[in-house]
Amino acid sequence: MTLPEPGLGGLLTKDLTVVTAGTPLLAEALAEQAVPMVPVDWRPPAPGTEDALAAVMGDPRRAAANAKAVGRLLAARPRLVDVRPAGEVLGLESGTFLHAGPPITWDRASGPMRGALIGAMLLEELARTPEEAEKKLAAGHMVLDSCHHRRTVGPMAGVVSPSMWMFEVADGDRRAYCSLNEGLGKVLRYGAYGPDVIKRLRWMSEILGPVLRAAVREHGPVDLAAIMANALQMGDELHNRNRAATTLLCRELAADVAEAGFPQADLADVLRFIGGNDHFFLNLAMAAGKVSADAARNVPGSSLVVAMARNGTDFGIQVSGTGDRWFTAPAAVPDGLYLGSYGPRDANPDIGDSTITETTGTGGFAMAAAPAIVRFIGGEVPDALAATRRMYEITLAEHPVLQVPILSFRGTPTGIDITRVVRTGILPVVNTGIAGRVAGVGQVGAGLVSPPAEVFAAALDALAERVLRP
Amino acid sequence: MSEPKGRRVGWTEESGERGTSERATRQADVSDRHEAERGALSETFVEVRPGLYRDSITLMRISRGLSEHDGVQDALTAMATGLNLDLLGQLGFTAPPDAGPNDLVVAIRAADEMALGTARDLLDSLLAETPAAAGLQDAEAPARTIGAAAARAAGGPAPPRLALVSVPGPHAFAEAMDALESGLNVMIFSDNVPVEQEIALKDAAAGRGLIVMGPDCGTAVVGGAGLGFANAVRPGPVGIVAASGTGAQQVMCLLDAAGVGVSHTLGVGGRDLSAEVSGRSTLQALAALGADPATELIVVVSKPPAPRVAGLIREAARRLTTPIVFAVLGDDGDVPGRAGDLTAAVAEVLSELGVPVPDWPCWPAPRPQRPRAGALRGLFAGGTLCAEALLIAADALGTVHSNLPGWTPGTTGHLMIDFGDDRLTQGRAHPMIDPSLRLDRLADELADPECAVVLLDVVLGHGAEPDPAARMAPLIGAAGDTAVVVSLCGTPHDPQGRDRQAEALRDAGAAVFASNAAAARHAVSLVEA
Repeated sequence: MTLPEPGLGGLLTKDLTVVTAGTPLLAEALAEQAVPMVPVDWRPPAPGTEDALAAVMGDPRRAAANAKAVGRLLAARPRLVDVRPAGEVLGLESGTFLHAGPPITWDRASGPMRGALIGAMLLEELARTPEEAEKKLAAGHMVLDSCHHRRTVGPMAGVVSPSMWMFEVADGDRRAYCSLNEGLGKVLRYGAYGPDVIKRLRWMSEILGPVLRAAVREHGPVDLAAIMANALQMGDELHNRNRAATTLLCRELAADVAEAGFPQADLADVLRFIGGNDHFFLNLAMAAGKVSADAARNVPGSSLVVAMARNGTDFGIQVSGTGDRWFTAPAAVPDGLYLGSYGPRDANPDIGDSTITETTGTGGFAMAAAPAIVRFIGGEVPDALAATRRMYEITLAEHPVLQVPILSFRGTPTGIDITRVVRTGILPVVNTGIAGRVAGVGQVGAGLVSPPAEVFAAALDALAERVLRP
Repeated sequence: MSEPKGRRVGWTEESGERGTSERATRQADVSDRHEAERGALSETFVEVRPGLYRDSITLMRISRGLSEHDGVQDALTAMATGLNLDLLGQLGFTAPPDAGPNDLVVAIRAADEMALGTARDLLDSLLAETPAAAGLQDAEAPARTIGAAAARAAGGPAPPRLALVSVPGPHAFAEAMDALESGLNVMIFSDNVPVEQEIALKDAAAGRGLIVMGPDCGTAVVGGAGLGFANAVRPGPVGIVAASGTGAQQVMCLLDAAGVGVSHTLGVGGRDLSAEVSGRSTLQALAALGADPATELIVVVSKPPAPRVAGLIREAARRLTTPIVFAVLGDDGDVPGRAGDLTAAVAEVLSELGVPVPDWPCWPAPRPQRPRAGALRGLFAGGTLCAEALLIAADALGTVHSNLPGWTPGTTGHLMIDFGDDRLTQGRAHPMIDPSLRLDRLADELADPECAVVLLDVVLGHGAEPDPAARMAPLIGAAGDTAVVVSLCGTPHDPQGRDRQAEALRDAGAAVFASNAAAARHAVSLVEA
């Protein structure tokens, strides 16, 4: 029997400050004695979560596993290395379509998801009419799979088909992919599939993709982390506001686009297209998030969220310590502002893989960097600060590169810990666009949404089953 | 309705109220398609305001404000980009011919002219609004977990070193583990924490060179700060390791009465010396106090430890250069320096320190209390004080019933009741905070002809009720022939004031003792054999 090391962290020899959680009476007794105190606003977690919480909190691997997982996430330095067609880079075969969110079948797919799949069928010339496309999709002749299963993320419906071009983002040997952003208005990702939509997609495959490929190859790897860090200081949060990042990307690539060796009119079209689309960088921010989050996967005992994604029907999360298993629950309708006369009744439930931004410390988590975004929910600037600050309660780290000037350059809250979500009941704040519920309508608004609380409780249960008992 | 059905009014210049720079039109919206969709005729207004810019979010908010206005069917305010003009068309409005992306377009469809008029007034006021000067409020909301609170304070001038956890037992583990992972020692005031969780926490603490005080740790004093229920004692050379909260309070208060102060009192929780928990925190506490320059002597206050654990403690004690006195209640048979009762243990401490043992403070009853036949009824808030009195009473009187573990409960004869028992505190605060249950019982006992003597403890200090004598004295004053004996655990510097409490209780008719053992012996002496 050896005696433990004395010391107790200076408890007996240094000035005492006490953190208090629980009955206010005991905190008051300390206040009476003028003992310095940091009170915790403790509230009971959702009923029924105590046992799983205790099991996971008691896993001796957890603290180190979380430090390892979030450390990998933070260490990622995503770079844009190439632009290539999905068929080539993902080995996507004709008749296979990737989609946003956890896996879904046609019969459960929402309006915008169906619309985007119909559009992709038309683009790939697997059907001549929307009716024919719908019939074939409904008959189960096509293969649907989650983007996340192929190291890919897609905004809104997130449908990827072989002829679409993809950003290839690298972190060391790791790769992640995202399609090219189509712009606003009637676009495939919101479920629109009219002739203009298909025409634009063809142009993106024939001109935009090849020009960007040439430009990126000429330029060499583009440091996305640097652009993102700058963009946060210029008012972006990289989910609903990508104006600064898009501008910075344009500046970075303009000369190489000019020298891409394409007809001048095409180059002008490309620059006009990127310059006219405030969200062009979003897809790069997403791929950067994906390659970072994937670095944190599969650390046994870790309670870190490595994916949050929605398919328009379900909201799903994946957790580092539970492998590729999805935990899903019905997606909520975002709370936000609507275009024109659209209202909540016109809105589809939450959709898209763009929550990879919140998963990796941007988007809603960086809202304090982009105060303009908070007005989407009728809030004001202090609400933006409060939202980001609230996220520190449920995250494991502060991002060393992505900083928020107004919070004295504090790093963005990064790495959602499901134990903290369940303990506090604080749900991740997500900035999002709102798709119309009817296929083909497109975007009807933008706002904020929360994941369903049950997915975190379900993931916690699964993690509890895998706990290593001390 | 000023325009006949079926006739579209073209663009007209509107002059006057809105100024000539603005182009506007009112349309009687009459196409068959719209009529079918809207189900009724309506008034439509489309206006361009050249060069007026508002950001898209402001415009969305204005659109929403207008849409929610009574009688308004559709409304759009937007910069006249191609996209928005398309949207205007989809909403059934006719896009103005020469509006560009730097112009603001407004379109409203209302049920009638009056609704349209009020909507236009609303539009003007919404467009004129400037953001409220909310400013940057920099108030950060309190942290929601111990980990978050610790992280916030870590870089500050006084980094926290201890977390005091008093959340309900089923939730205590998560907060305590979070505290340990944040590098904080933990005092767990909460009870109902499973023993396997206690062991896991204590192992996690030992691995980090920290201590878990508790669970169910009611009392600690660290560097003069009283945590939980703690008395205001003078600083001094005695370090206390306590598996018993009120036991530690009794020792501290008697030392204080003898003029001897306390360096630290580290609680370890009532189960720490059980075979399962195996003294994990006691060993941590002994090591820490052994290394503490302010501590010259250590007192261990506990129930008898499990035999194997007694061996571990003895082994640990041998390695320390600091002398140790064991204040162990009951028959341990195995622990060195056994003192019998807490008052005797304090006397042993004093003799080790070379301090004379004083006459322990007592406040005799104003009228002499004489023995009479009947039962002794002990009503205790402190479990250890109850146990000590029980041992003394059982030694003198034979059979005593009690709800303490290992004893037989009963309702007649001699009784010793611990009102701090978990079964009596469910859904209510500890009797040191909420005395109602015990006071009700006191009234019952004083009315019971079988009851000859009532023995009470009154525990003062931080966390305890502010004036316990205030409600107890009137009952004692009405006691009649039943003798009342009070064991008063406190110091003159406690918020309630020991002497003021003692005098109030004495004046009501009770005999008051600072030593619990002395109170118990006096009470026993009042029961006629």
